[in-house]
Amino acid sequence: MTVTDKGAAPDSGTEAGTEAGAEAGTEAGAQAAAPEASTDRERPAGPRRGAPWLLTVALAVLVGLLTLASAGLGAYEISPGDVLSSIAHRAGVGGNELARVPESVLWNVRFPRIVLALLVGASLGCAGALMQGVFGNPLAEPSVIGVSLGAAVGAVAAISLGLNFLGNWTLPAFAFVAGLGTALLVYSMSRSGGRTEVVTLILTGIAVNAFAGALIGLFIFLADTAAVNQITFWQLGSLSQATWPKVLAVLPCAALGLAVAPFYARKLDLLALGERPARHLGVDVERLRVVLILVVALLTAAAVSVSGVIGFVGLVIPHLLRMAAGPGHRFLIPGSALGGAVVLLAGDLAARTVVEPAELPLGVLTALFGSPFFFWLLRRTRRRQGGWA
Amino acid sequence: MKLLGLIGSKPASPGPVHPGDVLAEAEALHVRLGGREVLSGVDVTARAGEVLALVGPNGAGKSTLLGALAADLPAAAGVVRVHGRPASEWSAQELALRRAVLPQSAALSFPFAVEEVVRMGRAPWAGRPEEGEDDAAVASAMAATEVSDFAGRSFSALSGGERARVALARVLAQRTRLLLLDEPTAALDLRHQELVLRVCRARAHAGDAVVVVLHDLGLAAAYAHRVVILRAGRAVADGRPAEIFTDRLLSDVYQQPVEVFPHPRTGEVLVAPVRGS
Repeated sequence: MTVTDKGAAPDSGTEAGTEAGAEAGTEAGAQAAAPEASTDRERPAGPRRGAPWLLTVALAVLVGLLTLASAGLGAYEISPGDVLSSIAHRAGVGGNELARVPESVLWNVRFPRIVLALLVGASLGCAGALMQGVFGNPLAEPSVIGVSLGAAVGAVAAISLGLNFLGNWTLPAFAFVAGLGTALLVYSMSRSGGRTEVVTLILTGIAVNAFAGALIGLFIFLADTAAVNQITFWQLGSLSQATWPKVLAVLPCAALGLAVAPFYARKLDLLALGERPARHLGVDVERLRVVLILVVALLTAAAVSVSGVIGFVGLVIPHLLRMAAGPGHRFLIPGSALGGAVVLLAGDLAARTVVEPAELPLGVLTALFGSPFFFWLLRRTRRRQGGWA
Repeated sequence: MKLLGLIGSKPASPGPVHPGDVLAEAEALHVRLGGREVLSGVDVTARAGEVLALVGPNGAGKSTLLGALAADLPAAAGVVRVHGRPASEWSAQELALRRAVLPQSAALSFPFAVEEVVRMGRAPWAGRPEEGEDDAAVASAMAATEVSDFAGRSFSALSGGERARVALARVLAQRTRLLLLDEPTAALDLRHQELVLRVCRARAHAGDAVVVVLHDLGLAAAYAHRVVILRAGRAVADGRPAEIFTDRLLSDVYQQPVEVFPHPRTGEVLVAPVRGS
């Protein structure tokens, strides 16, 4: 700010007068400068402000576009206009019913598959964000630490033993119970002194994955041929068997988990400070952990019981969003759900259109892209910590 | 619904505090950690309007005492009261409205910005009338600890001393009447050590009770209204620094010859180790 501009203005008068003028000028200058400086200071880091909203809108638009594309593309092409018209007709707001074949393709084949992709993707993304928050560790993810494969043991057991006493819900229920057990096991085994070391977590994951893999092998050994086929297909992580009853089977788990998760956003932020500081700020840490592990188990069970172990979505999505919009969980949790839905929808679209008429297994596709990312993340974490202990 | 924490009665706001009120006290406190008795029969009181310094050699139980006053550690025998009620009877949420704690080391799992970290200190007041003070509390806490200049920077990118000040700002922003600070000056340079203890003093002047673990006896002598000297899990002295800081007691407690003398000009109490001549 310029003293001379204002201070020099009263050019006539005594020295004292000029001095007073100069002083007044400085003061005015300081006052004018102050608000500028303070708004500068209060602005959060670079691109963060507004980024959450922008990303939310962008992701929501992407979900919409991908839904339209997935509904239209494939062996039987349906134009976006027809898709919208048919949706409008079913919703009772105008539009027209399509011919018998496209209408059936759309509502009996494509839409259940799209809804399932959305549910599974949102569950995976959200579960990843929650788990990283609970462990305070960006490498925690249901498939990395073995919870997904644990849930898979439950699902495989249900298929292999031909259990059906809960009807459609048998598979998700078994996956939930097994997933919950695994999550609690990993959690209690990988924590010491209130902290979860990266190394302990990953090694625990390896051990748990090995054990779960052995159990799955055992159940496959016990299963009859039909069950073996079903298991193999399911293990590759495909959505191709999507039907409305399947959607209904996983809907309760996924919906409950997705609905509960955002309520814990602020507490998860506080947990980033560490266990004790979070408690000092009024968080009942034990209860928070138990509830969130339940939620993670619900979401993982929902995803796994539909499509086997689809890895890395829960790892990559929260990580990218954290880099783009900061680590605040109020955006991260719903954002990761949306992001996961986008990735799975896009992945499934690619899986069934890229090598038409054959179909790539979705789990293979996500692992193909996700693993290198995991590798990069490991390197980065290692560099930051100056090597593993 | 209870699971969501959406309902359930809100804990009562803390009542008014008058100078001299006892905001935290330990009575014949015994604390065991890993089978070892770390505190054996300590009595200590923290009063509103006072800075109370806990000093003593490594392993004397300073941090353990602070942890017990913070209701982090259970008493094996004896009792800890916070705002007049046994610490174990308060819920985590009720305690968060009544006392703030600065841990010895500040860690953060995810790269939150400095201002976001300080704002976490306001979490206990969410959904209460005091929520309106959030912005003012955050801004004044950051100004008091001189961290406003890097409000937008990521906490993970800060130096140790800067992190320590941000952690202190978070604790100040919580605006509780009882402050428990574990070595707030450990990572700080000379200027910021003085700054932090001036902040403690100002909070005491405003009527809060401040309990601070210190290693620097000179700082304790200069800024604390009262000092408790701990040795091997017991309080061996409790009083004004000028009264209890003596050559004999300090030399004995620290197993190191120590000299206590008045500043030649100001008469302030100075403490210095006696070094080989």
